[in-house]
Amino acid sequence: MSTPTLTERRRDRRPHTPPQPIPAQRRGGWKKLGWALFFLLPSAIPLLVFTLVPMVSSLWVSLHKWNLISPMQWVGLDNYTNLLTDPMTRRVFLHTLIYVAGYLPLVYAGGLGLALMLNQRLKGRAFLRATYFLPVVTSWVVVALVWKWLLNPANGLVNEVLGVFGVPGPGWWTDPQWALPAVILSSAWKDLGFVMVILLAGLQAIPSDVYEAALVDGANARQRFWRITLPLLSPSTFFVVVISLINGFQVFDQVYVMTGGGPSGSSQVVVGHIYDLTFRYGRAGEASALSWILFAVILVITVVQIRGQRKWVHYA
Amino acid sequence: MRRFWLYAAVVAGSAIMLFPFLWTVITSITPEGSPADGPKLIVDNPTLDAYHTLLDAMPIWRILVNSLLIAIASTGFQLITGSMAAYGFARLHFPLKNVIFGCYLATLMVPLQVLVVPLFIEMKTLNLQDTYFALLAPTIASAFGVFLLRQAVTAVPAELDEAATIDGAGHLRIFTTIVLPLIRPALATVAVFAFMGSWNSFLWPLVVIRSPEFMTLPLGLSTLQGQFTTQWDVVMAGSVVSIVPIAIVYLLAQRHIIAGVAHTGIK
Repeated sequence: MSTPTLTERRRDRRPHTPPQPIPAQRRGGWKKLGWALFFLLPSAIPLLVFTLVPMVSSLWVSLHKWNLISPMQWVGLDNYTNLLTDPMTRRVFLHTLIYVAGYLPLVYAGGLGLALMLNQRLKGRAFLRATYFLPVVTSWVVVALVWKWLLNPANGLVNEVLGVFGVPGPGWWTDPQWALPAVILSSAWKDLGFVMVILLAGLQAIPSDVYEAALVDGANARQRFWRITLPLLSPSTFFVVVISLINGFQVFDQVYVMTGGGPSGSSQVVVGHIYDLTFRYGRAGEASALSWILFAVILVITVVQIRGQRKWVHYA
Repeated sequence: MRRFWLYAAVVAGSAIMLFPFLWTVITSITPEGSPADGPKLIVDNPTLDAYHTLLDAMPIWRILVNSLLIAIASTGFQLITGSMAAYGFARLHFPLKNVIFGCYLATLMVPLQVLVVPLFIEMKTLNLQDTYFALLAPTIASAFGVFLLRQAVTAVPAELDEAATIDGAGHLRIFTTIVLPLIRPALATVAVFAFMGSWNSFLWPLVVIRSPEFMTLPLGLSTLQGQFTTQWDVVMAGSVVSIVPIAIVYLLAQRHIIAGVAHTGIK
């Protein structure tokens, strides 16, 4: 705080300085503390009890062997070292990575395409935008169920339509090779509208005189897209990438509903494995350790992106 | 010609987004879910059998009301606790303010799955499993809401508060009559995210709720799918029941919802 003290203010005798209000912290300490408590406690207590305390106890649990019933047994960092050498850990991280690598380009390219189209003068633009956004407000469980039915290998609509064109449809969520692609496809469908809305807001924030200047200079459509639109859209792109990676690494609902991690673990992801470790195998200690490893991975990826943004994100 | 292709593309796009919803409704009124001679857009003998089966299988109306009540309560709580904390952090001076704000931000970064096991134990020890309180508890306050609203309160000119103080208004009056009306757009954004977050939440209800009376829609639907694995008409009837209310809310508040989401992206 750089508020001038009273003596300093008295020495400062410039004629037109308006009288500075005495900052609130100088008056009645207890009363002020009372107000601070009044405004903060309603959020501080629930955050403390339902987030901060569980956070700390999760760290504590991760250092123990525990099946949720019998007493906890101290094992130090064993859970972490075991997890890091367990091939199952590598497997679920690999699946999560494949999910993110498939999902992100799909939603970004799709969302950008829709945003570019809607950024033009179109009749019924508000209606179109609303329809693209509808899946975003639908819950993951519903989306997963609807797509599980559409991608049903036996009599699902997608394979029936493929059959009409003489293409034999894959087994989708019943086939180890196709289970993850099925999850990726339906997730991208759900989030397309979200990405579109963010990118459309970004596109509309690009000043039109930049394009006019480029037109005067004779830039063609492709040059305008690569040299103006994409660079000036980079803050929105950055936001989409950061959020998608954070959410993508925590993917669970749609996997649990569509494939249950199967067939034979071929689509199991990190959070699904955490759930199974806790509630199916009674290995709560390892589950907690794995959740912290996942958190560390997400944190590192996010920090790297924030550090690296200077190289490609252009803030106007 | 170019405009023709543009319209063709946007209409195809919205067909891809809307058709799965239409197909959900069609399946739910098709006898047995799918006709023997391949899928049909126009159902030969539409029936509500699937909905009857659904009503017999689980207390779907109660589950629907649960979902709505929990979402509304969670939104209300987050708006109240969030805006109050935002005012505290933006306008009051107290010891350790930055440290406390740092703690709030720390909770923002920790994903739910880190908390799930200890939260579950907490609820089990307090004997709160299978209660509305357990569903609601982790969403009473959200650091995301506090953060977003604090930005908004900071943007309210401090001169307004000072003028009100001179007129003899206390913090409570300033908060309710000056700050709250001015941060309405941010409140709307927080409300949208709180409502959607609660409405769609799955992992936490899955962990803490066992009996059907306390289930929310996502959990109820996932359980339904476990019971009626191959009866897609019933599963789709359940999906229709859970899509319709949120679709109505969405249609009514569509503009605000989309604006709220777009708002978070620009910064």
